[in-house]
Amino acid sequence: MQAEQAARSNGGTFSMFWATLRRDLTLAIRHRGEMANPLVFFLIAITMVPLGISPESGVLASIAPGMIWVMALLATLLSLDGLFRSDFEDGSLEQMLISPQPLYFTVLAKILVHWLVTGLPVTLMAPLLGVMLALPQAGYFPLCISLLLGTACMSLIGAIGAALTVALRKGGLLLSLIVMPLYVPVLIFGTSAVQNAVAGVAINTQLAVLGAFLAIAIVLAPLAAAGALRIANNG
Amino acid sequence: MSDPAVSESSSISAPLLTLRQLSCERDERVLFGELDLECRAGEVIQVFGPNGSGKTTLLRTLAGVSPDYSGDILWQDQPLPRVKWEYAQDLLYIGHLPGIKKALTPAENLRWYAAIGGTTTSVTNDEALRQLELQGYEDTPCYQLSAGQLRRVALARLYQTQARIWILDEPFTALDKAGIAKLEQLIAAHAAKGGLVILTSHQDLTLSNLRRIDLLDFPGSTGEVPYAS
Repeated sequence: MQAEQAARSNGGTFSMFWATLRRDLTLAIRHRGEMANPLVFFLIAITMVPLGISPESGVLASIAPGMIWVMALLATLLSLDGLFRSDFEDGSLEQMLISPQPLYFTVLAKILVHWLVTGLPVTLMAPLLGVMLALPQAGYFPLCISLLLGTACMSLIGAIGAALTVALRKGGLLLSLIVMPLYVPVLIFGTSAVQNAVAGVAINTQLAVLGAFLAIAIVLAPLAAAGALRIANNG
Repeated sequence: MSDPAVSESSSISAPLLTLRQLSCERDERVLFGELDLECRAGEVIQVFGPNGSGKTTLLRTLAGVSPDYSGDILWQDQPLPRVKWEYAQDLLYIGHLPGIKKALTPAENLRWYAAIGGTTTSVTNDEALRQLELQGYEDTPCYQLSAGQLRRVALARLYQTQARIWILDEPFTALDKAGIAKLEQLIAAHAAKGGLVILTSHQDLTLSNLRRIDLLDFPGSTGEVPYAS
């Protein structure tokens, strides 16, 4: 009986993870406008940079890594507020909390979807925007790799803030204040990876640190977010 | 778990759910206090009380959504925190928010609930939706459905669960007469199979094994009707 229950629970957790992933992806695709919001912001903000600063490629090249990274960070931040909000408002969050399946994996599935619809497209758009900002050739590959790791970190860390502020009607500002300081190390190592690559220096260290951030975040962030959701739902 | 003989024997030996001196405070105001209650298999318990007396809070507490209480809740004589997983497997809770995603179709909603919930029966989505007269709406996004139909989508889960304890917060809201009769039948059938149903409603139910609990009858309850929030 015990073994049978354990087996069922394992299969259950796996199928629950897929079901949540599928559900949230379907929801994201049906709410295309919301999904496009951070991407359009990212595109517009970067397009404005040459107009606002200088069209000279030398000037742009020197600020390109930082600019792209900061805008990617802001685009992620913009999309975080809705991560658990709709589930909270329609009552499905309660159902996740009392499910026999571990909340950790439900939250992880939701974060993964968030990354798939914001972080991943931002990463894919980045080289194109790099061209607009005259990013030197050597910077493209490091830009993509560092954003790939970095946006995943930011989705995970941001989920903690989104979970903490889910019960607040206007939690947007608070969410930014909670999450911003935690994004700083990711930003520093991300931009320095691209800048070093442009300068012709090895970037192994930066990528290793970003990878370590990601590994820690995958383990701890869903736990923290799950705990925060339990507290937030109680109030 | 679905074996009627097992549930019958357990109904004689011990109550499924026991509340001992259960109290809940909100914002330094006692909502209900010193609640003592034994819920046995085969019972339907209807919780009464004026608006704001803590019916929803009691149900949320029993469902494990809100762990903010003092006193004990025992599931088959085991304290709830120790048997959380077993309890969650055997519980179906439908709150006053139905938990239905409006952008998804009824079938998609049910599919997700089947995956995150406890043990399920072999009743298909189509069958459950047909039982609640939602045939033809399987692939309609839920935002096109009426409030009563949304409630029916949430209630379709009752056909697909093997949970023994059902906790339903105002399940009759927005249902039409036929829907109410259907749900009453369903609740009666569940109780007859050895299940336990705890619900809040202002409806006068005509079930044979109904027990009415008035929250104001318990000594610790203040009986104050709080401000509307």
